[in-house]
Amino acid sequence: MIRVTLPPHLRKLAHLDGEVELEVEGEVSQRSVLDALEARYPMLRGTIRDHVTHKRRAFVRFFACGEDLSHEAPDAPLPKAIASGAEPFMVVGAIAGG
Amino acid sequence: MSGVRVLVGTRKGAFILTSDGKREKWQVSEPLFAGWELYHLKGSPADPNRIYASQTSGWFGQIIQRSDDGGKTWHQPGTPPGEPTTLPDGTPKGESNKFVYDDSAETGKPLTTHQWYDGSLKPWEFKRVWHVEPSLNDPDTVYAGVEDAALFRSTDGGQSWQELSGLRGHGTGPDWQPGAGGMCLHTVLLDPSDPKRIFIAISSAGAFRTDDGGKTWRPINRGLHSLYIPNPTAEVGHCVHRIALHPTRPNVLFMQKHWDVMRSDDGGESWREISGNLPTDFGFVIDVHAHEPETIYVVPIKSDGEHYPPDGKLRVFRSRSGGNEWEALTKCLPQSDCYVNVLRDAMAVDALDKCGVYFGTTGGQVYASADAGDSWAPIVRDLPAVLSVEVQTLP
Repeated sequence: MIRVTLPPHLRKLAHLDGEVELEVEGEVSQRSVLDALEARYPMLRGTIRDHVTHKRRAFVRFFACGEDLSHEAPDAPLPKAIASGAEPFMVVGAIAGG
Repeated sequence: MSGVRVLVGTRKGAFILTSDGKREKWQVSEPLFAGWELYHLKGSPADPNRIYASQTSGWFGQIIQRSDDGGKTWHQPGTPPGEPTTLPDGTPKGESNKFVYDDSAETGKPLTTHQWYDGSLKPWEFKRVWHVEPSLNDPDTVYAGVEDAALFRSTDGGQSWQELSGLRGHGTGPDWQPGAGGMCLHTVLLDPSDPKRIFIAISSAGAFRTDDGGKTWRPINRGLHSLYIPNPTAEVGHCVHRIALHPTRPNVLFMQKHWDVMRSDDGGESWREISGNLPTDFGFVIDVHAHEPETIYVVPIKSDGEHYPPDGKLRVFRSRSGGNEWEALTKCLPQSDCYVNVLRDAMAVDALDKCGVYFGTTGGQVYASADAGDSWAPIVRDLPAVLSVEVQTLP
């Protein structure tokens, strides 16, 4: 079970109150987690990754286990604590000003 | 009894303001889509229960929302009519909307760049929907004016969108450049007398017209004079802020340009200035009285550098002669210490008798006049900055 946290705007869009719990087949990576997230909540397509390029949107960041993983390769394995569900994969809106 | 429904888009959500036909007592909704920017909401003329909304965010991109019950409930288009809008466990089924520029070999190339502020070339990049314009007779057909400037159309109620790429591709596209707010297509006017004629306007490119339903386009900027561009009378490059028409006389167009209020009597083939005695001819909004095609409204703004009313006085100016002679409408509007702006999509008129006029400000006020502008009252004073105002006249 993978745990994912979303910023408030996206929780509101997906009608969510708290964390998302997902089953991910195979390697647990940014891509596989986000694919599973978007399959479960299709209204999130295009809000985290660009519709066309499928790249992370510029003002969205990914954190896990206290590390900024925003610039890691999409298919790089996520930390074991994410794969085991001990820690959440965090989708965060970048802070750009007050 | 008749009534009105005012759709207000703000920096932090949408609000629906409702009243009966007297337009004296108002109900203000809770925020819809709270925290998101709502650039524009507009109801279908063919079905007032159908409302489209552009919900957008610099962080999370573009969403199109749709209501089929007059704004009580909303969903992202993507659910076929008649099917439930949620999965059995309650999850909404709608998908975010895709606005993908046409890059097909037949119609999309070589539409790859436009001018950036410094004159360098920049690729087209979708940012947001500024304006939604529902078809006059089909609730499932709706147009979207977007940034970077292009026109899209949906014929399935907002689920899928196709670019009308003849606009970007007619030849002048590579010379378009962004205005201060971005390179936005902000005005879409559908001609009630000719379903194949559409007028659009872009900051900072100008006005354009199609006569074949969006396949081919051409600039209609002859007569515009813009001192801020290298050639003041260029075919394109003019920062048109807004165009308006009266449905019974669609060949007559009124324009609020970056500077200058303009008029065309020939469907945009030529323009002449009608700024007349306005205290300043800079501004954003312009609209036409619902029953008097020669009565028009503007809100003069001091300058392009100082986006607030001159002298701290919030004044709507009305011309009953189609321009040139203007009267200030001030009754119950703040006449001192007022430094708000009224953005280009933030004025609307209803179809009641007497005509109601509405506008919203960047200070969060929405003002209404139930007597064609003679007197005003705030419907609400403390919303987030208002981006757009539309009104639906209900039976």
